Amino acid sequence: MLGRPLLRTSYEQDSALLPSAFQKGAMAALLIGLVLMGLGAPILSDIPEALLGGTWINPVTNLLPIAIAALGFNILVGVTGQVSIGHAFFMGVGAYTAVGLGGTGDGVKACVPFHDELGLLDQAGQCGLGLPIWIWLPAAGIAAACVGIFISPAAVKVRGLYLAIVTVGLVFIGLHLGRMLPEYAGDFESGRRWPSLDLKIWKEETALVQMNEDGKWFGLIHLSEEQKQFFFLLALVIVFTVLAKNIIRSRTGRALQAIRDRDIAAEVMGVPEFKYKMIGFAISSFYAGIGGALFASYNGRMSPINWSLFLSVDFIAILLIGGVGTIVGTLLGTVFVELIPELVKTFTEWLGEQTQTGGPLGWVANLVLTEGPDDFGAISLAVGSPGWPMSVFFWNLVIYGLLIIIFLIFEPLGLFGIWTKVRNYWKRWPFSY
Amino acid sequence: MSAAILLAAGMSTFIQTLTKALALGSVYVIMALGFVIIFKATQVLNFAAGAIAMAGAMFMTILVADGGLPFLPFDNPLAPPDGETPGILLWLVNLFAALGIAALFGLVIERLAIRPMIGQPLFAMAVITLGIEVAIRPFNLDATALAARSLKVPWGAESWKWLDATIPKSYIAAMVFATISGIVVILFYRSRLGIAMRAVAFDQEAAMAQGIPVGRVFAIAWGLGAALTALAAIVYGMAPFPPGGQISQEIHPILAFRVLPVIVLGGLDSAAGAVAGGLMIAGAEVFAGEYLSQYNSTLGSGYSTIVPYLVMLIVLLVRPFGLFGTPEIRRV
Repeated sequence: MLGRPLLRTSYEQDSALLPSAFQKGAMAALLIGLVLMGLGAPILSDIPEALLGGTWINPVTNLLPIAIAALGFNILVGVTGQVSIGHAFFMGVGAYTAVGLGGTGDGVKACVPFHDELGLLDQAGQCGLGLPIWIWLPAAGIAAACVGIFISPAAVKVRGLYLAIVTVGLVFIGLHLGRMLPEYAGDFESGRRWPSLDLKIWKEETALVQMNEDGKWFGLIHLSEEQKQFFFLLALVIVFTVLAKNIIRSRTGRALQAIRDRDIAAEVMGVPEFKYKMIGFAISSFYAGIGGALFASYNGRMSPINWSLFLSVDFIAILLIGGVGTIVGTLLGTVFVELIPELVKTFTEWLGEQTQTGGPLGWVANLVLTEGPDDFGAISLAVGSPGWPMSVFFWNLVIYGLLIIIFLIFEPLGLFGIWTKVRNYWKRWPFSY
Repeated sequence: MSAAILLAAGMSTFIQTLTKALALGSVYVIMALGFVIIFKATQVLNFAAGAIAMAGAMFMTILVADGGLPFLPFDNPLAPPDGETPGILLWLVNLFAALGIAALFGLVIERLAIRPMIGQPLFAMAVITLGIEVAIRPFNLDATALAARSLKVPWGAESWKWLDATIPKSYIAAMVFATISGIVVILFYRSRLGIAMRAVAFDQEAAMAQGIPVGRVFAIAWGLGAALTALAAIVYGMAPFPPGGQISQEIHPILAFRVLPVIVLGGLDSAAGAVAGGLMIAGAEVFAGEYLSQYNSTLGSGYSTIVPYLVMLIVLLVRPFGLFGTPEIRRV
């Protein structure tokens, strides 16, 4: 069908994963680019290094588990249309299942206080069954999905904004449980350690793939520990992206979308509302559980505070900025939202250098940054200095909030909407309609 | 004899708990009224109320304790002299000034972020307030990061004695403020503008066709809502309430999120529901905290903070639109 790019002759063609040759090529290029970037290929890894600084691989790896959880959030909010602010709770359920099953230690007996390498008192000890990742990762997803199924009847009874507030309640109940069970969740402030991402067969000493030390692949390619984790999580993100896409274009996905568009109408047409809301919650929380377990495991140390409402708000921002209901948008939104703080930080550091070296933007930097006590500027370079001028950390939050507002007002379809507009402009060129 | 003493002790505990519940309920009621006014007129669930409330309290501390801002050309002419606690009348004048500034703040937010969104889905409107919350909160956190800011409440932490029970003056003041807010809201709904607001709540387009200035109604709802939430934060900043006579960071989560069960319980669009919900939730929270404290080890300390959510969950499963909320009529 060369020359007729939008002609579809069958439903299979229309719902294909990558309908056009261009998309297939672009996807292949993207994947190869990501792999080369991870391997440290000269030009490709220079770009993130310039934007995010030398240790760019850490923030990039950190957003991969978030991406998995965001895909699940998209299935619940974007595809099924059930507004939830409780995603952080389901992530927490997954993460704590993971630490219970995978935490190193000798079962429950190991729950005694001890000091870890940072000198922090691990009140909980490291109680956990020490099982390998291929058990605790799926179990994290399944446990979260079970909780999701348990919650879902509320979505049938309570609708719209009322449901949103009910899910807010879930997050607070989760935080309270975390505070109540220090012997399991660790100290409320400092938390406890999570099992590493090592791939093991059973409880052996030397893992099949040791994630926290450098190594070689097939004795050829040298990989640092960061690169290993990056590739492992990237592979999981790809798997879960394809899975999400397939769910959405299956019978189940169409049913979920029918529920979103009008639940009563869907029921009239023979789509059982209760069943599919339950399925929507189950899939979404499964993703959240997996994402939460990986997120905690990659970060190593987590406290119950980490699973707060602000994590849930992150997902709403991701979905709105990326584009509600689209997978590409969800992934774009994750990258955008999670990297904005890093970008702002690099930018202010660069501005700070400009004042010292007298670069072309030195006058802007002088105006905006505050270095001395008499300097008048909105951004303080000193770390952790309260009071006006505000630190970069707080300005990051302000920018983040403003981004949510600006995207909602000017581009409700998010980055995906911008992309569609640009694409359509070139497709129709030279016509404007 | 001992039984009588025990009974008397139990009685004074009960009176103290009851006043505490009523006072906390008053804070919740004022806050919830701020929510309801905005929701009823504009259909916006205001997640930014916590940040707006704390900003309003911040205006109050700036007026009373700082006497103005350093970069403004003029100072607050009504500010009490340095280091002194103002008299009640002076404090009240400052309070009204602060509420006025908070109302202006609400107007600005409405004009910049809410007005462009009229006609969008409810979810988008609610999320935009979440964005406002995220954007304002850092300023509040930064301002209170060094030290909590004093509200210079004239009666401080003083209290009255009655039948062996200590009743802090602030608790009574909270109830008075809540009553006044309730009366103001009722009177407002009966005024010409309030009737216009109810018409807008009923059907925006029809109201517009009748010549009601919908934009102005939106603005006034936000101004009034912001002033009420600010009042709630200031009342919660009075002495025996946990922050202790000042505005600190810990005030924010309580105002922002603990009040959500209150408005859901009463029904998002009902002023009567706000009053009932506020008193019920505060009652459940305070009485559970006082009388179930021997179960601390099983329930976990601080369990009283999640009691509101549990009450909300149970009530919502029986009445999905709250106690007094208008059920949504669902059509295919």
